[in-house]
Amino acid sequence: MNILDDLFITIGQWWTALLSNTLGLPDGIVLVINGLIGGLIFALLGVVMVLVLTYMERKVFSRLQDRIGPNRWGPFGVLQAVTDAIKMLIKEDIVPDEADRLLFNLAPVLMVIPAVMLYTVLPFGRGMQGSDLGVGALYVVAIGSLTSIAVMTAGWSSNNKYGLLGAFRVIAQLVSYEIPMVLAVASVVLVTGSMSLVDIVESQPIPNAILMPVAFLVYMAAGMAELGRSPFDLLEADSEIVAGYFIEYSGMKFALFFLAEYINMFAVAGLVTTLFLSGWKGPVLPTWLWFFIKTFAVVFVFIWARGSWPRFRIDHMLNFAWKFLVPLALVNLMVVGLVDKLLTDAEMWVRAVALLGSNLVLVVVTLIVVAWAGRRSRSAALRTIAGAR
Amino acid sequence: MDVSLTWYLLVAAALFCMGLYGVLARRNAVAILMGVELMLNAVNINLVAFWRYVRPDAMAGQVFAIIVYTVAAAEAAVGLALFIAIYRSRDTVVVEDIDLMKG
Amino acid sequence: MSIEQFVFIALSAITLLGGWIVITNRNLYRAALGLVLSFFGVAGLYALLDAGFLAVVQVLIYVGAISILIIFAIMLTRRVMDRTAVQHNAQWGISALVALALFGVIGYTLLFRAADQWAVSSTGLPEKPIEMLGEALVTTYALPFEVASVLLLVALVGAIVIAREK
Repeated sequence: MNILDDLFITIGQWWTALLSNTLGLPDGIVLVINGLIGGLIFALLGVVMVLVLTYMERKVFSRLQDRIGPNRWGPFGVLQAVTDAIKMLIKEDIVPDEADRLLFNLAPVLMVIPAVMLYTVLPFGRGMQGSDLGVGALYVVAIGSLTSIAVMTAGWSSNNKYGLLGAFRVIAQLVSYEIPMVLAVASVVLVTGSMSLVDIVESQPIPNAILMPVAFLVYMAAGMAELGRSPFDLLEADSEIVAGYFIEYSGMKFALFFLAEYINMFAVAGLVTTLFLSGWKGPVLPTWLWFFIKTFAVVFVFIWARGSWPRFRIDHMLNFAWKFLVPLALVNLMVVGLVDKLLTDAEMWVRAVALLGSNLVLVVVTLIVVAWAGRRSRSAALRTIAGAR
Repeated sequence: MDVSLTWYLLVAAALFCMGLYGVLARRNAVAILMGVELMLNAVNINLVAFWRYVRPDAMAGQVFAIIVYTVAAAEAAVGLALFIAIYRSRDTVVVEDIDLMKG
Repeated sequence: MSIEQFVFIALSAITLLGGWIVITNRNLYRAALGLVLSFFGVAGLYALLDAGFLAVVQVLIYVGAISILIIFAIMLTRRVMDRTAVQHNAQWGISALVALALFGVIGYTLLFRAADQWAVSSTGLPEKPIEMLGEALVTTYALPFEVASVLLLVALVGAIVIAREK
């Protein structure tokens, strides 16, 4: 199995040897060429993943709704993504009259760039990552915050009041959910002791989802909100704000926005795998295969969540972020830090049981607090109704 | 290292002078704040360049840069809140029209 | 010219181009995007200076938060969708002269007077710079750290109070 496991590494080493030994290029040029090829591979990987993910989403989503989904083009509808791409390409490219041309054309590009940049730090397998940054976890958060600039540019350059309003709401959502995401990542970094994603994967004999379920759930929720997927998808809710900030986009630019969303979805699922599900670790199969299996399982959970829950209202969504997720993530960070510090020298299974136990206690306490708060607000509402009668 | 310290300091000086021009010559208050941010970035480049070239084993350079980030963020937040409040009462953020004690 | 010099010149060009867009463009939104470009250039310069943590924090704070604040302020303080008014006040000529003079003085000092003042250190980078930075922040520099936290809290509360609708 080792040959299959190191397949890509062997290919990379053969290519580098070809460039520097056979062709005799200096080291700097080899570095630049390898970097450019790596970037190209990641961009292509993103686009190929979009093809697979759109098909998977439409099939799974439709099965959840008791219908069949695309089944006309190709066996079981596998060529549906190709036909969608052709349709988008042949559409007319409209630029509104008063819009700012440069910014209008720039916004979809700005949206795709951070999504693809996330792929460079994901460890796809043992020794297979774009670059092993010492600050990988923080890089991920920083790149995730670039999406807001692109959304703002799209909303502003459309010269459309509804586009601008939609952009404001999207930014409110994206900025609000960055904080629980950072705090969940911080608790993982705390337990691991390093911000490098490769180190985080290496130090997970037991997946972090079992050690820190609260952080896992907070990160899943925040990740779904950052992607703009249901139940947090009031940004593209067609029935509410008429496609939000990309109201004026048509044709290939519109396709670029959706491309960006799916590339982002795969990247965030890959991050969940890396941070919480012990990345590429697994018994028999090659490591990169394990990574893809786990990532697709997380994507399946995302699609499942989309098909199961109704959409949030914007004030519910902001309350959920600021009044529930942020305090929960903060308390979780403190609890995990305390337990980890107290039991640094204990054996691994003692630490695991202690972390899991403290997290379960936290879940129970949270549920009690939420139930009490719900009961109090319900009785207050009943009192106002009774008082008005 | 092939790039000497002087180059970094020159780039930082150029950025600082651009920010200075932005502060002195623009009419819109938000544009002035953007000039201030450019100046703070130039200062940070200076700090980190000195840290790297002169004392890379002491962490004072990086800590100083982080404190500068914090101050810049706090200042930008309060400044922009002030501009929004001014806009609400005066309907303009052109600094030439916001001189209250005039006349 | 080595790769490092080439990368340095490219990053400096990006930074200064972004700065130029900020100070000269009449469309305020494009000026804000020029500021974002400048921030990216500065982050690249930090990465070139082996300060990886600072580069990522620069992107996170400046591009991810402060730029969005500035863009929001631009949008909330424009009257209608009007785009360009005159952007320079009456003394732009003198300001340009002052800025150029300052740059001239600094450049002259750096190139001709202080060329060998700062001894380039021979000790290399520490082995684990991020751990050392974290330790320094909570041991040696704990007081500035705490004061900065209090400053941020005060700024947060103050900004909300000032910008609230009465």
